[in-house]
Order: sequence, then structure tokens, then C-alpha cells
Amino acid sequence: MTAAFSDRIDIALTVNGESVEARVPAGRHLVDFLRLDLGLTGAHTSCEHGVCGACTVRVDGQAVRGCLMLAAQADGAEVWTIEGLSDTGAVADLQAAFVARNALQCGFCTPGMLVAAADLLAVGGVPDRATIREHLSGNYCRCTGYEAIIDAIQTVALARSEKGVA
Amino acid sequence: MKASVGGYARATDLRHALDLLAASDGMGRVLAGGQSLIAALNMRLSSGDLLIDINSIDALKGVSLDGNRLRIGALTRHAEIANDPLVAQHAPLLRKATDLIAHAAIRNRGTIGGALAHADPAAEFPACILALDATIHVEGPDGPRDIPASDFFVDVFVTTINDGEILTAISLPMAEAEERQVIHELARRSGDYALAGVCLVRRAAGHRIVCISVGPRPELATAAMARLDAGDTDGAVAALRDALDPPSDTQATAAYRRHLVGVLLHRAIADLNGETA
Ligand SMILES: Cc1cc2nc3c(=O)[nH]c(=O)nc-3n(C[C@H](O)[C@H](O)[C@H](O)COP(=O)(O)OP(=O)(O)OC[C@H]3O[C@@H](n4cnc5c(N)ncnc54)[C@H](O)[C@@H]3O)c2cc1C
Repeated sequence: MTAAFSDRIDIALTVNGESVEARVPAGRHLVDFLRLDLGLTGAHTSCEHGVCGACTVRVDGQAVRGCLMLAAQADGAEVWTIEGLSDTGAVADLQAAFVARNALQCGFCTPGMLVAAADLLAVGGVPDRATIREHLSGNYCRCTGYEAIIDAIQTVALARSEKGVA
Repeated sequence: MKASVGGYARATDLRHALDLLAASDGMGRVLAGGQSLIAALNMRLSSGDLLIDINSIDALKGVSLDGNRLRIGALTRHAEIANDPLVAQHAPLLRKATDLIAHAAIRNRGTIGGALAHADPAAEFPACILALDATIHVEGPDGPRDIPASDFFVDVFVTTINDGEILTAISLPMAEAEERQVIHELARRSGDYALAGVCLVRRAAGHRIVCISVGPRPELATAAMARLDAGDTDGAVAALRDALDPPSDTQATAAYRRHLVGVLLHRAIADLNGETA
């Protein structure tokens, strides 16, 4: 390896509002960094090639695949995981609606579903079912058959728009 | 599985990225959106790569007008192309294609340069840029080079970018006032790679048709284009089906793909004419 390339990279970022500094292996993806180095096990490592969506986290305001971004690339980034979004209450209404509608059984996909759903609702308005379905097309759920998830998200979109926060 | 990476370096500008590539002894790999590369690394389809992260190079980002051409930087993300007013006005085909590419979270990272350099024949952008007659701009140790889209794609995952070169931008003619551009495809799940797809452009010089997922690389369907120029829709569909030799795989048989492109061309023509098929 030439000196210009490193196999360990120093990064400084914020995760769930807190500053974090770390030295990460070059090939370590963001979800492994969050789970193994920071103990934030909410985002799940599953297919590890971008298909399932269980690793979805928020980076610089956007939902991304945690398995398809290297931790080294998160230098300077603002990362939010389901732990932080739960603590701040940012997705509390979505979580309550998921419970009320039985929008989860095993719960494995739920952190990714919530981040993806929050991403859609951040746009504002009340998306129709086809739009919600389309937005979640990259998030697998093997339990619910999706209908309840779409119900829950639509319920929250309606409630937020009635409160005038959407 | 986990990636086994040889090393990582963050390029500060294009010159730095080219120097890193030159210093990598053939092990250098440009890391753009990572939406194909990191998946491949995680699956250990390759190991020991020296990654050159180009994400901080501002000169590779964004959409602009350059004389009478639309210029799109290599590092422009799919989600940015989806929302860019210049793209919507001057290259609506690319905007429409973004609805069909992967899922929202992937479109937030994936870049047009990465999609073109990756040259997956099932991907939308390679077919689109050939249908639009774009030029690909690359830069290497010996300076810049322009490659017409028709000379760019060689085979599955193979392009005419040389070792040591980086794709910097594409440029394309702005759509004429009367020009129409449509894309139609079929996938099993929204956002999956298409089983088959058709890009269709109608401009003053004639029709341009390029299919997706039916061969090792995107190609102009010249026989079908000539039939369509002559106003012969059924002849165009027949010519398209005749000219193709699509692959059979677990997703679809060759015969099914050949059938689908005909259906899709019918739909594309109807769409072009403002009808519903
Ligand atoms: C689940 C899933 C579904 C997908 N579905 C689709 C789909 O339906 N349609 C579709 O088109 N795509 C799809 N994609 C792929 C996605 O569009 C990728 O973003 C794209 O193909 C590659 O772009 P990237 O910027 O992520 O490139 P990277 O993954 O960073 O790079 C890909 C390759 O191109 C090279 N490269 C990248 N940039 C440059 C450059 N500027 N110069 C020279 N070489 C470069 C890299 O070295 C690498 O070999 C999907 C991806 C996933 C994970």
C-alpha cells in the first residue's frame, strides 16, 4: 500500500447530537461502526448489499443505507439513528401508530421503516397509499404484509397535517 | 460478509484524485456514491482495493448550461437529478428515469457518473444517455478526453474509460421545443432492476430507441428507429424484437424479454403521442 492510502481513518462526526471521534478500519461500513463501536444496535445489519433497508439511518438530513456508506465517509457528518430519533421524540407519533396498527411483529425491519417513513413525512402533506408504498419499496418486512405499516404512516401524516405541523 | 479493503484516501480535488489513482499500482478504485461499489466490496467480489473517495470534489457536482448543452457533473446524485429544474426542462428523460432507479435512500447517494462507469446493462442512465446522444467527459494523467455515448459502453460492466482516468461529467444537447422523451420499463418490485425497458426519443432528426436489460450493453435500435421514422409502429415493434438477442436468467427468459420490449415500445409510442396504451 502506498503511503497516501490508510487502512485506519480518523473521523469526527456527530451521532444523535453528540460529538464522536474514532479511528475506523477503511472497509468498515457505517452500520457496523454504529453497532460495534458505539453500541447503537437499533439499525440492523442484514443483507449488506442495499436490498433490505434494515440498516437505514439518517445522514445529513437524508435517509441512506448504512451498509453502503463507509464509516470513513461519515467524517464531518451528522448521523441520526433510531435511538436518537426515539430520545428526542421526533418519531414518537410514528412509533405509537406502528404499535396501534400492529405495524410490526418481530420488529427487525422497524428501525429502518421508521427512518424511511420519517424521511417521507418530512416532505409534508398527506401522501397517498401509492406514494407511501413507493417510498418504502426499498424496505423489506417479512411479517406484516405492509398494509398495517402503510395504515400507520398515513394515520400519522393525517394527524400531523391536522395539527398543522406537516 | 465484510469488505476487505486495502486502503482509503479522500481526494481533495480532481488532480489529487488522479494522482492517487496513478499511485495505486492498478489497485485504485474510485468511490463515488458507493451504491454499487460498497455492495460489491461487502460481498467480497473484490478485495484489497485502494479506495479513492471523490465525494469532496465540488468541481464534479451539479448541473449547468454550457453554451447550448446541458452539463451534469459526475458526482450529481440521482435525487438531485430528480429535482433539478434544468434537467426537467432540457433532459426530461433523465428526470423520468430517476423514478425507476432503485429506492429513495439509494437515490440519495448514487451518482450519475458512478452509474455510467459501472455500465450495468440493466441500469437506466446508460440507456438514457445513449438515447439522448450525450458525450462523456473523462480526465486522465494526459488531460481531458471526450467520448460519444455510442463509443462508451463495451460490455457488461466494461466501458472505454482507461485505467487512471476519472469520469468528470456528461453533456448533452438540450431538448428541442418539439422533442419528446419517454422511458418505460417493467420490474418485479418498484426500484428493482428492470426485466426490460425502452427509452424513446423523438427529435427533428428522427427517433432514437435504446433498450434496457436486453443485451451486454445499451445499443441504438436502428432498424426499429427507421420503421418509426416511416410512421410504421407495428413494423418498429417487429424490427425491435427481431434485432434483439436478450439473455435468459432467473428473472426472465429471452422470449419473455423479447415479448416485453414490444409491449413497452407500444406503450412508449402511445406515451409519446399523448395517448394511453
Ligand atoms: C438495492 C439496489 C438497487 C438498485 N437498483 C438500481 C436500478 O434499478 N437502476 C439503476 O440504474 N441502478 C440501480 N442501483 C445502482 C445505483 O444506481 C448505483 O448508485 C449506481 O449504479 C452506481 O453509482 P454510485 O455513484 O453509487 O457508484 P459507486 O458504487 O461508487 O461506483 C460504481 C463503479 O463505478 C466506478 N466509478 C464511480 N464513479 C466514477 C467516476 N467518476 N469515474 C470513474 N469511475 C467511477 C467505481 O470505481 C465503481 O467501479 C441499485 C443499487 C442498489 C444497492
